[in-house]
Amino acid sequence: MTAAIRVEDLRKVYSSLTAVDGISFDVAAGEIFGVVGPNGAGKTTTIECLEGLRTPDGGSVRLWNLDPARDGRIVRERIGVQLQNSALPEDIRVWEALDLFSSYYRHPVPWGPLLERLGIAEKRRSAYAHLSGGEKQRLSIALALINDPDLVFLDELTTGLDPQARRSMWDLVRDIRRRGRTVFLTTHFMEEAEQLCDRVLVMDRGRIVALDSPENLVRTLGGETQVLFTVDGKCDLGRLEILPGVKRVAASGGRVTVTGSGDRLVALIVNALDAEGVNFRDLRSEHPNLEDVFLAVTGEVMRD
Amino acid sequence: MHGLLKLAWVEAKIYLRQPEAFFFTLVFPLLLLFLFGGIFGNKPHPLFGGRGTVDVSTPAYMALIIGSTGLISISIAVSGYREKGILRRYRATPLRPATILAAQVLVHYVMSLAGACLLVAAARLLFGLRFSGRMESVFAGFTLSCLSFFAAGFLLASLARNTRSAYILGMVIYFPNIFLSGATFPREIFPPVIRTISEALPITHVVSLLQGLWIGNPWSRHLTEVLVLVGILAAGVIISARVFRWE
Repeated sequence: MTAAIRVEDLRKVYSSLTAVDGISFDVAAGEIFGVVGPNGAGKTTTIECLEGLRTPDGGSVRLWNLDPARDGRIVRERIGVQLQNSALPEDIRVWEALDLFSSYYRHPVPWGPLLERLGIAEKRRSAYAHLSGGEKQRLSIALALINDPDLVFLDELTTGLDPQARRSMWDLVRDIRRRGRTVFLTTHFMEEAEQLCDRVLVMDRGRIVALDSPENLVRTLGGETQVLFTVDGKCDLGRLEILPGVKRVAASGGRVTVTGSGDRLVALIVNALDAEGVNFRDLRSEHPNLEDVFLAVTGEVMRD
Repeated sequence: MHGLLKLAWVEAKIYLRQPEAFFFTLVFPLLLLFLFGGIFGNKPHPLFGGRGTVDVSTPAYMALIIGSTGLISISIAVSGYREKGILRRYRATPLRPATILAAQVLVHYVMSLAGACLLVAAARLLFGLRFSGRMESVFAGFTLSCLSFFAAGFLLASLARNTRSAYILGMVIYFPNIFLSGATFPREIFPPVIRTISEALPITHVVSLLQGLWIGNPWSRHLTEVLVLVGILAAGVIISARVFRWE
């Protein structure tokens, strides 16, 4: 895999605040790469340095070996950008915005099919001000894709959208990647990162606290799985406590909770119960998620 | 170039969809013409050196258009675009930053010119407006005045923290300017004190330059006005270039 993005020791300081404090990472071509972290973690500053909207105070940023701060125009021909807190003029019509942005690029794609694909074709004559939040986001994605970019930046794409709109945004992002493009996104929804990303960079206070696939992050940092079931009659809980990976066993009434870790935890418990001839039902397991990872690595609860 | 024209074209359409900008540039000067032309007519009068009220007012109303476009429309448009992140979005494309600003200047210039043409046509048709200057001189004076006041507008947008303060700042400067400069009422009717204040207002120089060129005065008689306008233009451009923020 060739690297689409290469960041080395990136630093950005605003007067007294160090927004990004020496981070390094690579993003492979064709990847969906996510940056998660609470507000103020430095996500937006990082993405804006990559887009060439901000000049780093230290370190280097390369997109296909180009410096976005110096070779801005060449880089911007090849990237698509959806910005956080950015709008269009209220009175611009959807088709005019697309037509206008098409004229900025050397090789734009026809915007008609793009509108169809994003499901806002019937809004082409609407003024920007009359679009719903979800429609505005769809339009901003359409504008980000108008130059058929190799690399798409999505900054807080689904913030402010309802869950249904959020899910359909995810489908759009997956669709971009299916077409062979690289996606770099920031989010403060852990579920979003977990659902979408091949790799997730967890950021807090300008630093990288973890970088891996969501599954690996959860496995190595997420802590414990809980297995819950109900037993009819008697059960010797001591047998469960000695199983490899089990940390705690608790029972109240017939309801048993086993806490532990390891990929085979559920299998081991089920086998042990069967061997004992225990009648159990309603067995389910609760796995940690990125939210727990975040808590584990930063000691903080994600702030929405 | 293609990018500039396309952006200017879309901006022009957006401009015409905004009733307030449209009103101040294209409609308000006409209303003043109808009002004062209707009251005073355009009979030659010794106060105006043998010219009529409309003959004197028409070039003055052009100054009104230039003032409202520069001090209000441009500064609100630019600071509004900044506040909403529109400038930032444009900057994330291969478009040159200067093109974004040039498109604003172009659109506002064309709109001001359209407002002035409309005004002259109405004054000519309804009140028999007299013209004894040279077309190209008036055009050049009008253009210089526009550039000068547009630069002032960019300066306001650069200094204002947000659209609201740009609006207030624009209004505070605009109203004394239009009432005391002779842009709305002929300066000839002002008492001496007000005339002195009037001399200090930037837009007064636009009024007297355009009125002078309108009756065929040579440029040499308006060196002060030209100097003041070039000064505002230079100061506006230089300071804006230093303090202008994209976000």
